[in-house]
Amino acid sequence: MNTTLLGLIIVLLVLIILFQISRAGELIGVLRGNNMTSQERNNKIHGMLFLIFMIVGLPLSFWATWYYKDWFLPPASSVHGAEIESMFFWTLVATVPVFVLTHIVLFVFSYIYSGSATKKSYYFPGSNKLEMIWTMIPAFVMILLVYQGISSWYRIMGDAPADAYIIEATAKQFAWDFRYSGLDNKLGNKQIKYISSENAFGQDWKDANNKDDFQADTLHLPLNKAVLVKINALDVLHNFYLPHFKVKMDAVPGIPTQFWFIPTKTTEQMRQDLNNPKFEYELACAELCGVSHFNMRRVVVVEEEAKFKKWLASQESLYKKQNVAAKESNTTPTTASQQTEENSSATTSKKVSLK
Amino acid sequence: MANMHQDTLHNDLSHDVIHHDADHHEEGHGHHKESFITKYIFSQDHKMISKQFLITGIVWSLIGVFFSVLFRFQLGWPDESFPLLEMFLGGWAKGGKLDPQFYYALVTMHGTIMVFFVLTAGLSGTFSNLLIPLQIGARDMAAPFLNMLSYWFFFTASVLLFISLFLQTGPAAGGWTVYPPLSALPQANIGSGTGMTLWLLSMAVFVVSSLLGSLNYIATILNMRTKGMTMMRMPLTMWAFFFTAILGVLSFPVLLSGALLLIFDRSLGTNFYLSDIYIAGQQFTNSAGELVQGGSPILFQHLFWFLGHPEVYIIILPAMGMVSEILAANCRKPIFGYSAMVLSILAITVLAFLVWAHHMFMSGMNPFVGSIFVLFTLLIAVPSAIKVFNWIGTMWRANINYTPATLFAVGFVSMFISGGLTGIFLGNSTLDIPLHDTYFVTAHFHIVMAMAGGFGMLAGIYHWFPKMWKGRQMNDTMGAIHFWVTFVGSYCIFWPMHYLGMTGVPRRYYTDEYFNTFNMYENLNVFISVSAIIVFAAQLLFVINFFYSAFKGKKMTTENPFNYNTLEWTTPIEPGHGNWEGAIPAVHRGPYEYYKDGHDFIPQTTPDSALK
Repeated sequence: MNTTLLGLIIVLLVLIILFQISRAGELIGVLRGNNMTSQERNNKIHGMLFLIFMIVGLPLSFWATWYYKDWFLPPASSVHGAEIESMFFWTLVATVPVFVLTHIVLFVFSYIYSGSATKKSYYFPGSNKLEMIWTMIPAFVMILLVYQGISSWYRIMGDAPADAYIIEATAKQFAWDFRYSGLDNKLGNKQIKYISSENAFGQDWKDANNKDDFQADTLHLPLNKAVLVKINALDVLHNFYLPHFKVKMDAVPGIPTQFWFIPTKTTEQMRQDLNNPKFEYELACAELCGVSHFNMRRVVVVEEEAKFKKWLASQESLYKKQNVAAKESNTTPTTASQQTEENSSATTSKKVSLK
Repeated sequence: MANMHQDTLHNDLSHDVIHHDADHHEEGHGHHKESFITKYIFSQDHKMISKQFLITGIVWSLIGVFFSVLFRFQLGWPDESFPLLEMFLGGWAKGGKLDPQFYYALVTMHGTIMVFFVLTAGLSGTFSNLLIPLQIGARDMAAPFLNMLSYWFFFTASVLLFISLFLQTGPAAGGWTVYPPLSALPQANIGSGTGMTLWLLSMAVFVVSSLLGSLNYIATILNMRTKGMTMMRMPLTMWAFFFTAILGVLSFPVLLSGALLLIFDRSLGTNFYLSDIYIAGQQFTNSAGELVQGGSPILFQHLFWFLGHPEVYIIILPAMGMVSEILAANCRKPIFGYSAMVLSILAITVLAFLVWAHHMFMSGMNPFVGSIFVLFTLLIAVPSAIKVFNWIGTMWRANINYTPATLFAVGFVSMFISGGLTGIFLGNSTLDIPLHDTYFVTAHFHIVMAMAGGFGMLAGIYHWFPKMWKGRQMNDTMGAIHFWVTFVGSYCIFWPMHYLGMTGVPRRYYTDEYFNTFNMYENLNVFISVSAIIVFAAQLLFVINFFYSAFKGKKMTTENPFNYNTLEWTTPIEPGHGNWEGAIPAVHRGPYEYYKDGHDFIPQTTPDSALK
């Protein structure tokens, strides 16, 4: 509390001092008569400051980037990630020279053309030739970037390979739930209206594909095999975000989305590469979803295909876990018929009200 | 021909008005003086309205920037407790630590306030109102009464939003983009209750204000230019405000429709944006007990960004216009490539409507649609580049006079380059996959829109301050200190954010501590927070300077002590309602004839015959 107060007082004092100095400067200026020389000195100072800002700032920006390069993510652990990295590299190639050159020209001009009464500016209202040049060059560079960008985009967003392993990620406030398609690689149907305390995903038990679907708390992925993630949200928008794999896709209530990718490095290998035995791939939420948006972490495990298949086979399906078969024989027929009845009565009542 | 005829006709009419005005003025002087209310509150004088917009904007900007300082405390020192916060915020900062709910409310309000109330109303509202009649040679706006309403609708919107800050459940907390379902369902977030209702009402009223203003600006620029002020003789500020107003008129109604549908979803049981929702342990059903289905949250994003993207040009175009004007005038040199500047504003305006979905690459939208938006988004870099090269061309072999306004104008160009270039990364959908919703985005739009827009606004305030406050000028030394701290400080705040973004740290995280992938930037976050606090303190210096100078600043002794060309410098030192005492001067040339044929400067009102 005291340090905060002290800080506030210091800020206040500095402001008052600056204010008084500035006012004194103005009064002295008035007494002297605002002659050109003080204006000239002022121009020189600011021209010089811009130059210093450039001479210090540009190398500093490069040094800082170099310094932090190890903090950036390691090379992407997915096939399409390499493509994104190449796009990033070529965009850097296109933009960094522009950044450096325009800033050098801007600040050097600021310095050498700082004004004085003895100098005159050069009347030059423009040149169509120059305008053409600096329209055509950026346009050409942009077309190249667009070409590379869109080609990659179509490859990344294109159809998943037919043998891609299908996993479903469902987001809710504030957790991710995974449903695996089991050994048949087919996800069973599900509907929001079937969700209950015993049926977290709202699986339709009449769909045979549901019988081997299982839930997991950790996202297991097979190495070097295409994975197709079907992304859902139960309540609000979320975003399925795997930073190391360069995967990101919104989870939208009512509109299923998807993203497919091929993991290229096991968790184990990453631990060795980074020399960090505690390393874990992480899944995060990247679309503001409420008060605990920052806390939707899940661990992602990439393992060799054989190991993955073994894990897959060892999981118990939700159908078995919930003992649906036993319950079904008692209750389901009645609820199902009730359901249809309700539906039909609802539609008829709607029709009536429309009339 | 018809145009010319109209011009002369118009001029005759305005001459009538002049005489009438002059008579009225003399008459009014002795007997009925303007009352306090008609002069300062319900004023129809565009200069007073502009001041109202500016002061309201300054108040909002202090609140908005202060909010960012508050949440920078959380981000910089997530483990520290600040008892002072609890003293002022009570339950929102129990134990001296910001509550996550309050953190998100602050983030949301910071965005809303800065984008709409400061950089739209405070920037465009202030300077369109001040400069349009003064620079085209008109007595006032085409519809002064609507102009007055425009401010008072804005004021009403401000009051509504301000009230929401004091609700027990807090203001809206779903991000300034208020994406449903989060913003539609009070059970998803307590900020989506009354706070959100007030946000939507405030925004609806704000749109009305913006439309009244914009229609006025367009009508005034098209119809009320003085004799000889052809479109291509207008200062670039006028072109910028003109296209800004067109953008506003065409895009703000779409936001209104989006907001209205959201109001319906929230209050009337419709489901434009809602479908298949299971929340708080139960299916989200309508009043008949059926599961709500068929709406699309993506629809809202389309409606929102159809305004939201032009909105960033609504912010940046006026800044560009003012920077062009200020640079040329203080470089003592014509703006480089006047027609190229006008055409690039036009190109930006057209393209601005074709890029909105680049905010939605990751929304699950059809990838083919995404690719079209990549094309247009990257193409908008071309007119932006033209503008940058032209500003730099203007500075070539110039004779630059560094007023605080010039400093901010040069700073604007630097910011616009830095932020514009990172846009080339984000506009490319392939790169948007890793960068979307990370600090890279935060860094990008703050530099290119918030900082550049803010610098343009500050440049404008320093430059035209004498035209607002009876010929008084702001203190140059304080202005210079303000500039250098803000300029260096802004880079210190936002440059490092690119590193967080390239690592993939998501924005809108209350804390990064739960993720080993994101949590290593503690020191950098402290650095950013300290920079933010220093920059905020520098803005206080500006506010002191502003209000001190408004009453005690150095006064101009002649109408045009700085030797500028444009019409506002031909008005009296203290222009009354109607701007010029005699006839409105006629215009004989473009606005940027500095050092032409050996003349230091040639005001637009100088006829060729006077030059010989």
